[in-house]
Amino acid sequence: MRFITVSGPPSSGKTSIILKTIDALQDRGIKTGVVKFDCLATDDDLLYEKKGIPVRKGLSGALCPDHFFVSNVEECVQWGIKQGVDLLVSESAGLCNRCSPHIKEITAVCVIDNLSGVNTPKKIGPMLKSADIVLITKGDIVSQAEREVFASRVKTVNPSATIMHVNGITGQGSFELSTLFTGGEDIETLKGKMLRFSMPSALCSYCLGERRIGDSYQMGNVRKMDMEK
Amino acid sequence: MNAERLNINEHPYIADFLEGFGLRIEDKDTTAEEIFNALTEQELEDLGLEQESFFASLNEYVKDIEELSRDEGFRVDSITLIGGHDKSGTPEDVNLTINKGEIICIVGPTGSGKSRLLADIEWLADSDTPTGRGILVNGEKPDKSLRFSLEHKLVAQLSQNMNFVMDLTAEEFVQMHAESRLVENPAEKTAYIIEKANELAGETFTPDTPVTSLSGGQSRALMIADTAFLSLSPVVLIDEIENAGIDRKKAMDLLVQEEKIVLMATHDPILALMGSKRIVIRNGGIAEVIETTDEELESLTYLRKLDDLLLEMRNTLRTGGKLKPSKESFSIDI
Repeated sequence: MRFITVSGPPSSGKTSIILKTIDALQDRGIKTGVVKFDCLATDDDLLYEKKGIPVRKGLSGALCPDHFFVSNVEECVQWGIKQGVDLLVSESAGLCNRCSPHIKEITAVCVIDNLSGVNTPKKIGPMLKSADIVLITKGDIVSQAEREVFASRVKTVNPSATIMHVNGITGQGSFELSTLFTGGEDIETLKGKMLRFSMPSALCSYCLGERRIGDSYQMGNVRKMDMEK
Repeated sequence: MNAERLNINEHPYIADFLEGFGLRIEDKDTTAEEIFNALTEQELEDLGLEQESFFASLNEYVKDIEELSRDEGFRVDSITLIGGHDKSGTPEDVNLTINKGEIICIVGPTGSGKSRLLADIEWLADSDTPTGRGILVNGEKPDKSLRFSLEHKLVAQLSQNMNFVMDLTAEEFVQMHAESRLVENPAEKTAYIIEKANELAGETFTPDTPVTSLSGGQSRALMIADTAFLSLSPVVLIDEIENAGIDRKKAMDLLVQEEKIVLMATHDPILALMGSKRIVIRNGGIAEVIETTDEELESLTYLRKLDDLLLEMRNTLRTGGKLKPSKESFSIDI
């Protein structure tokens, strides 16, 4: 089975693109499944189900979403293999812009949209900067010049990525994208593989449920802003 | 090449890259390596940086920039469309070569497959899309790597939506585009584009007009001028230029003068007659290619007069005037 990680800020168009791309994959006889990761709630799994796509959803709830992802991803891969899919796609939102679910040797996709502003590519960390494929959405809403400027900003922070414009609503570009989705290697397990980047360190008193504010309640990994500069 | 050892002063574009990763440059007489090495482990982790991948990325970036500045442009003299088949599998009997400076129109009802045709061109289809079509560039099968190249993107698309989301003036906006393309004198180019846009727009605007407050016609004019002079893409796809507020003939002339290949989806008779041929799409396939005949062109004079008349009426309304009584206003001399 092949495995692909797709991530990107909320509402950037991940689900729409994956749905359209799976259409194109299915036309070519490639059976695809999806694992959807979210925090509190999502109905996206119903969209996949409606199209007969095998889907599982994972809600991280009170846990850091990317820590939740990495502790469950191997089980997801095993689920996909059991379902007999040729390709499994994981979809997750990069909520703090620092995290990235991307794994070494596994095709990594980041989705961002033209409406998010020209400086956004700078603000997104390894999720964008270490992706193999960057998909830019909502190009139909902005002008040609803005599309060009935005794409060149993405290229500045990730010069080696394949950058594509895809439209999740019309499906423009999804056929083309589907040809890239089948490029990865077959895997049986993710055990022993490495994340492309470390996740932010956690474990302070607030991780453990502390709610009171003030120095005397702060323990563990605490760092202070420099207010003097 | 070791891009990390290049002096930032001598290679100022390196600063853009470093800033993109949140690195601050206090002294420009330094190198990326020196800046990187001055960071603590904690700072690196916070910024999401790792030496190996960071320097690899930097080297890739510098290589791209150098190629781009050496690049004399992507010369496309013609594209050739080789027929595939429609949705029912009926073959398309088409082998159409379109040369630079030529305008070809695309007609067909919504959902007939116009977008797929445009997508086939953009993707440089090689019998590997659902339509089975093929695209040749300069008479030859193009290199597949062009499909993903941003610098050598074949197609610029002017869609009906020409909204701006950036909070910039027209001048800042065009200049930003010029800078991203590494043109030599961005300020001069910007002034020229705004001047040209004003020749197309019914109402003029100044360089310091925010792009978000341009009228529909002004935005379209600015985008067409920008595409003509700043976009590297040799093919321009136009999805129905709306009537209002722009001199469509001048707009087409501008693109054609810049030796673009213009493909235009339109059902507007004036625009359709500007094309030398019309591609008729039906059931997802090219049903026919119609050459514009002299007979059809004869009606162009009449159509233009009608168009002028409408424009005049619009202007009368705009300036608070009254329209003439009906019979009088519709008399057109040919």
